[in-house]
Amino acid sequence: MKIFSTKGKTKSDIVFDTIILILCLFIFLLVAYPLYFVIIASVSDSTLVSTGQVTLYPKGFSLFGYKEIFNDSRIWVGYKNTIIYTVLGTFVNLLLTLPAAYVLSRQDFKARRFLMFIFVVTMFFNGGLIPTYLLMKELSLINNMWVFILPFSVNVFNLIITRTFFESSLPKELFEAAQMDGCTHFQFFGKIALPLSKAVISVVGLYYLVGHWNDFFTGLIYIRDYSLQPLQIVLRDILLSNQVFAEGAGAGGAAGGYAQKYADQIKYGVIIVSTLPILIIYPFIQKYFEKGVMIGSVKG
Amino acid sequence: MALINPQAKKAVPEMTTKPAKKRNILQSLKRDYQLWIMILPAIVIIIIFNYIPMYGVQLAFREYDFTKGITGGEWVGLHYFKEFINSYMFADLMKNTVVISLATIILGFPAPIILALIINQVIWKRWKKAIQTTVYLPHFISLVVMVGLLNVLLSPNSGVVGHIMHSFGWDINLLASEKAFVPVYVLSDIWQHAGWNSIIYLAALASVDPQLYDSAKIDGASRWQTIRYVDLPAIVPTMIILFILSMGNILNTGFEKIFLMQNPLNLPVSEVIATYVYKIGIISNQFSYSAAIGLFNTMINFVFLIAMNYIAKRFSNISLW
Repeated sequence: MKIFSTKGKTKSDIVFDTIILILCLFIFLLVAYPLYFVIIASVSDSTLVSTGQVTLYPKGFSLFGYKEIFNDSRIWVGYKNTIIYTVLGTFVNLLLTLPAAYVLSRQDFKARRFLMFIFVVTMFFNGGLIPTYLLMKELSLINNMWVFILPFSVNVFNLIITRTFFESSLPKELFEAAQMDGCTHFQFFGKIALPLSKAVISVVGLYYLVGHWNDFFTGLIYIRDYSLQPLQIVLRDILLSNQVFAEGAGAGGAAGGYAQKYADQIKYGVIIVSTLPILIIYPFIQKYFEKGVMIGSVKG
Repeated sequence: MALINPQAKKAVPEMTTKPAKKRNILQSLKRDYQLWIMILPAIVIIIIFNYIPMYGVQLAFREYDFTKGITGGEWVGLHYFKEFINSYMFADLMKNTVVISLATIILGFPAPIILALIINQVIWKRWKKAIQTTVYLPHFISLVVMVGLLNVLLSPNSGVVGHIMHSFGWDINLLASEKAFVPVYVLSDIWQHAGWNSIIYLAALASVDPQLYDSAKIDGASRWQTIRYVDLPAIVPTMIILFILSMGNILNTGFEKIFLMQNPLNLPVSEVIATYVYKIGIISNQFSYSAAIGLFNTMINFVFLIAMNYIAKRFSNISLW
């Protein structure tokens, strides 16, 4: 485990390595510190935080912020909605994308280039915000939970990644061999292709999942009914529109100063609570990242 | 979905003459009906949600009349385009949009490359892994949370960054001042995405032939020279493709993040074409006008994309098509 070996290195090499090390350290802190800070700030006393006295560890430990968050029904409604939309949405995404990518990866499928072209064009052109909105109106998807799940359920970028993967890992010979034993495309896809594709399913599934979880735009444009709003919209109200307390600051004994005192702590806490699921899944999926991107970046 | 009766028919051998198109499609349908079934849902979705709205683009050329629907309005041609170009908002919108886009590209494009080059130089595997894990993480934070993070950290009175700035004597309100908007926007973008975007470059660097490194060493190259002459050329193809793609999005300055960061104080520099379309389209229902602006936006993007692709093709052999 070579940390710092000076064997066989010139002076300029050592200088270079030191610089790299320092740069890396700087980058690491630059990224890690804000996140760490949010964690400790969410359990620290608000006043101490806002006067800059909380820097490396929590001070004035208090779980008040989290208690308020758990008592806030908006958060729970938002959480519930987001989980439903994410699970259903990702399922539909994969259900549509995987077979389509498989079909596009079959070299002897006649309509292959034409269909690929149709898909790729949508990456650069779209009707624009207004025509899309009017379409949703026609389809009565406005103020309807299905607007989070059905439209745009095929992301062409992910489609291409999956297709490239299938092209390289499911050669024609494999299918022809199976075909001689009487295997249909459906059977091949279900019994052979899918089990071999765990890596790409994880990566593309993750892309879709995170896309759904973080989706803020759909709810903003198409939903009016507050009970259908996903977590991100609730977050916007709390974090950005300063509607920190459900009843509004000043209600239920939370008069002016009191509300202001805890508003910040709640904000920090809410950031953690909403990102937590992603952070938990993150380590498990991380090993697939580089592989996944390499899959997608093969010239295709 | 799987059929039970086995299909033992082998594929029809390729014909050497060109059959009539009609027979070709029919043959394909018959032989590959399973494939068609598998791809049909995706095609239907794309047609409904991506192509049908494209037809609605003609709204930009018509006077929208809600009693007559999208296609019923009276044809007004380029009227709304002219109105947009001559409006008092045009100059500001174009300026803001272009400034933000260019800044994002000029600063945001090199960042992942530099990051990948640095990380690639780290020898100690554990440290390399740790840095990578850390640096990918912000990408997964939602935009709302990101802007919320900016608001609490950069707040002049109560935020960590605010305090640091104050102790240096820089008393700008990072969240409200017009001058700070673009830097904050671009730098936070880099903070959030440079790590994730560097993956593709790291993957390209990892596949560089080790022999190249060896021969560079034998020739007495310093580490810096190795980077210049071995690492960089290895990632140039990737760079070009990604650059062309980002050019194609030059006017699509991320609506969501700007929308979230806007406030009455920074509006003169933060109002871009996309947010304006939203405001006059969804909020004040001027459908035709905003459709025209949206189309204008798409057209400019398209022109840039074609131009960049052409330039790339002329000067290297790499292009999108």
